[in-house]
Order: sequence, then C-alpha cells, then structure tokens
Amino acid sequence: MAEPTHYPELSFESRMGSVEFRVAEQAHIVVDDRICADCSTRGCVVACPANLFVPTAAGGILFNYEQCFECGTCYLVCNEEGAISWSYPEGGHGVVFHRS
Amino acid sequence: MSNVATPAFGAPDFDAVVVGAGPAGSAAALELARAGRRVCLVERGPYPGAKNMYGGVVYGRILDTLLPNWWEEAPVQRWVTRRQTMILTETAATTLDVRNEAWGRPPYNGATAYRPDFDAWLAQKAVDAGAVLVCSTTVTGLLREDGRPDGKVVGVRTDRPDGDLTAKVVVACDGVNSFLAKEAGLYPTVDPANYTVGVKETIALPRDVIDERFGVRGDHGVDIEILGCTGDVPGGGFVYTNLDTVAVGLVLSLPELSRGDQRPEQLLARLKAHPAVAPLVEGGDVKEYSAHVIPEAGFDMMPELVGDGILVAGDAAAMCLAAGIWLEGVNFAIGAGAAAGRTAARAVQRDDTSAAGLAGYRARLESSFVLADHRRLRDAPHLVMGELAQQKMPRVVNGVVEELFTVTNPDPKPRLRTILRRQMKRHGVKWRDAVKDGLRAARTFG
Ligand SMILES: Cc1cc2nc3c(=O)[nH]c(=O)nc-3n(C[C@H](O)[C@H](O)[C@H](O)COP(=O)(O)OP(=O)(O)OC[C@H]3O[C@@H](n4cnc5c(N)ncnc54)[C@H](O)[C@@H]3O)c2cc1C
Ligand code: SF4
Ligand code: SF4
Repeated sequence: MAEPTHYPELSFESRMGSVEFRVAEQAHIVVDDRICADCSTRGCVVACPANLFVPTAAGGILFNYEQCFECGTCYLVCNEEGAISWSYPEGGHGVVFHRS
Repeated sequence: MSNVATPAFGAPDFDAVVVGAGPAGSAAALELARAGRRVCLVERGPYPGAKNMYGGVVYGRILDTLLPNWWEEAPVQRWVTRRQTMILTETAATTLDVRNEAWGRPPYNGATAYRPDFDAWLAQKAVDAGAVLVCSTTVTGLLREDGRPDGKVVGVRTDRPDGDLTAKVVVACDGVNSFLAKEAGLYPTVDPANYTVGVKETIALPRDVIDERFGVRGDHGVDIEILGCTGDVPGGGFVYTNLDTVAVGLVLSLPELSRGDQRPEQLLARLKAHPAVAPLVEGGDVKEYSAHVIPEAGFDMMPELVGDGILVAGDAAAMCLAAGIWLEGVNFAIGAGAAAGRTAARAVQRDDTSAAGLAGYRARLESSFVLADHRRLRDAPHLVMGELAQQKMPRVVNGVVEELFTVTNPDPKPRLRTILRRQMKRHGVKWRDAVKDGLRAARTFG
C-alpha cells in the first residue's frame, strides 16, 4: 500500500499518550524472563498492541505493566508455559477508556 | 486465582452475583432485579464500560422487549443508514454500498455509540430496577461449597478487604478472557487460533467534515467493513462514524500476527494510508487508541454454559458473532445475559441452583437468535478467515473489476468469463476450490 503522504503517522509515544492509565502500585502481569531466554518465537514482542515486551541484549525480555490494555493477547500467544503470570489490575486501576 | 473456602455460616449475601457490567452482565442484573431477586453487579473498572472497546455499532432490536423506546434515551452517536463492504488490494478497492433511510427512523437498526457511555447507561437501568452496582472491584476467584475445589459455586472472592460475596448463583459475564468460566472448568481448552485482537483509533474531525466525507446528514452515520486490508495476517478492518470522531481499526488473527513481522499499529497505518480509506480518516487528532481481544471462532469454541451454581454469558462464553460481514457481540451479549438472568431468577425461586436447576438456560438460548445464529453460522468464521477469502478473493475481485472497466481500444472488450478465468488463474484460484468454498458459503449464509 502507498506510504502516507500528507499526514505523518503518529509516534508510538503520542499514540499511547492518548490513553488514560490509572496505574496500580502492584504489577498485574509478571514476566519471568529466565523462561523467555529459551523462547524461539517471541510472539509477544510483535503482537502486544501496547508494545510492552522489549527484547534485551542479554536475550531476555524487559516488561513494564503500566500502559497495558489488559487485552490478553500476550498470554494467548505466549510460547512457554509459565513465562507470563497474567491477572487483572486491582479494581479501579489500569486502562480507562472514554471514547472507544 | 484459586479455589478458596467459603464462610460456613449464615444466609448468602445475595441471591445472585453477576460479574462484569458489560452488556451481558447489565442485562442479567436487570432481569434478576426485575424478578425481585437481590442481585449484586460487580465491575472492576471505575465505571461500567471503562474497560471496554469495540468497533462500534450496537444493534438495538434485542432491547425492544427489555427497554421499550430505548432509542429515545440511549447514548447514541449516529444511526447507521449507510453500510459498505470494501474489498481491497494494495492499490484498488471494490465496494458494495447500501443506503436505507428507514434505518434512520424508529425503531432504527444499528447505532454507533461509545462503550463507556452505552455500558454505563445499560448498567444504570439495572440499578434503577434494584440491582446493587459495585465498581472498582476485581473478582479474583470463585467460592466453593465447603471449600472443596469441585464444590458447587457459592459466591466470589474480590480484591476488596473482607471482599467475599456469597450468593445462590453466580453469573459470569466477565468477557473474553473469562477467568471465572475457566476456573469453573467450563472451558476444556484454550486455543489462540480461536481469538483475534482488535485495535482502533478514535480520530477527532469536525461534524460537518464527517458529514461531507461520508455523504450523510444530521444524526445519520456510516458503517464500513473491510476485507483484504491486513497483509499476511487473516483479519479485517472497519471504519465507523461517530458525531465528531471517526473510528478506524483492524481485527487480527493471533497466531499469524504473532508469527509475522508487522505490529498492529503498523498494519493499521497501512490501512489508513490506503487510497480508498485515507480521504475518509486523514487529518484529525487521535483522541484514543484502544485494543481488546475477540472470541472469533463462535460456536466451535463455546464452553459449557452451565455449572453447579454458575452460568456464563456473552464474550465469556464466546457468543460474539464474528463472521466477516457481521461483527455483532453487544446484541448477543444482551440476549444471552437476559436469558441467564431469567434462568437464574427462576432457579433461585425454586431453590435449585445446581447445574440441573439451571439447565433451562441452554434451552432458552437454543430457541433464540443467540445459539440459532451461532449454530447456523458456525462455518462462517473459518470461511472468512481462510486463505481464499483473505488473500485470493480480493485480488480476483479487483482484477476482474479492473479489466471490466479498463478500456483497451483498439482491442475489443474481453468477455466476462474470459476475464474471470484469466484472473483466477493469475491468482492461483482453482475452480474446484472456489466451487467448494462457494457451496460451503451458500450452505452457511444461504
Ligand atoms: C475491535 C472490536 C470490534 C467490535 N465491534 C463490534 C460491533 O461493532 N458491534 C458489536 O455488537 N460488537 C462488537 N464487538 C464485540 C463486542 O464488543 C463484545 O462481544 C461485547 O462487548 C461482549 O459483551 P460482554 O458483556 O459479554 O463482555 P464485555 O463487554 O467484555 O464486558 C465484560 C465486563 O466484565 C468486567 N470484568 C471482567 N473480568 C472481571 C473481574 N474479574 N471482576 C470484575 N469485573 C470484571 C470488564 O471490566 C467488563 O466491563 C467488537 C469487539 C472488538 C474487540
Ligand atoms: S512468547 Fe512468552 S516465553 Fe516467548 S518471549 Fe514472549 S513472554 Fe517470553
Ligand atoms: S494484556 Fe495486551 S496490552 Fe497488556 S501486555 Fe498483554 S498483550 Fe500487551
């Protein structure tokens, strides 16, 4: 498809900046990146709509829960049993949609 | 989440606890409250709808019996009077364009709406009928009779201090990830191939610009479903008009998305840059980006709907109808939630909320559109997500249309059947496969 011409595509930071997150103190998703080290597929990296799974130079995964849509994509595509401990944030916290 | 012990003494706090104040949960709580049952509706968001996103069109016919004249007060953005189905290749588009002014008058057909508005409105109806709504509270597990892991469900544990809520029946309306249905053992397996993820931008544009770009007036709006716009990932796209925003998004199959090299927002940027879509959506500020998973496989992925002391409704039971030209989940959730609420109310009255006492739920759904449509259309998600519909059909359709309308003087016009044969050959479509899928589609949709 043609590249956008007149209107430059939004940066990822401004894209995520359009979303309200009431960040909880406690992480609702925990990634055990010792298990990720053995993972050959790394589906979470490309599929997470919030781009929260960042491969590290050491071959692991850096994960931050703060700007998470709580969608479930990551645990559904995850390749290795036990790599992702997934739950919902504490009530009242996490993503808050207004116009979706 | 774990099975935790129940408090041993005393009457349950409520007749019913409904988990999740989405469309399914609010409909269930509304029917329970109307039947005079004591019902608590628990929602983890700070308000109903805060966690929920969709395309967005709500089909309101299911509300006619629940809330007569709902259209006079529902928080609607625009009434859909124009529907398009667009079939894209990288540079071409073929569009079926339908208008119907009757859809813009009572009793209406589809309406665009923001879920935080719509879900909060519907939940308020349940509250008005007598339900107790508790927000900002996440249910973390099921309570079982005598604390036995396979005991009857007798309530839920929440993340509030002293947050156990006991009830004669639990209605799980906790959406696509339904940890409650899974904990209750109602889902035999969870296969990522049954799920898609939806991403969407809500883009602000002045109201008159939207009217002009989409060719509508007043409170009328447009619904566009798009095929052939997701690269190598099976899926589809959509554009919807709100009053002063436009929603543009994609639905993407999880296994192929996670195996590919394009991220969701990159695929969305490609759709937004397509010559048939760019003039509709360009220029405005993105007011909100959002993402949510869809249970795509419909009938074939549904869990058991009933357990001892528990019912499952809406996306929690994979009741969203995602079949290409249709993307309907809100109406199915309301239909199922209302049926669950009525079943639960009867069971409480008869003092039998065991699986046997709740079995009427499935029968209610079988005799309504909820399971009738899903059963008949069970092949549709597979057809629409297959290679023929996703990759080859858009090329053949646009190739045929291009040849049909490209004037080739001084050569004479080719015959349609010559064009069709040539295009099918070019894009590797075998007659045998086309006929096979065609028949399957005719059986499914016909
Ligand atoms: C991209 C996309 C486009 C779509 N387009 C359309 C469309 O145009 N039209 C249409 O009709 N449908 C559409 N759908 C489908 C529709 O959104 C769903 O089918 C519908 O929302 C299902 O309603 P529900 O009540 O079952 O679940 P949900 O709407 O998901 O509600 C579940 C509720 O439960 C709450 N909850 C979950 N877990 C807990 C817990 N542990 N404790 C407390 N609360 C909890 C959640 O916060 C949420 O409010 C679309 C979906 C997506 C993702
Ligand atoms: S798919 Fe799972 S195991 Fe692999 S990198 Fe991602 S989180 Fe780790
Ligand atoms: S739940 Fe969704 S948004 Fe959150 S980390 Fe997982 S894939 Fe990313």
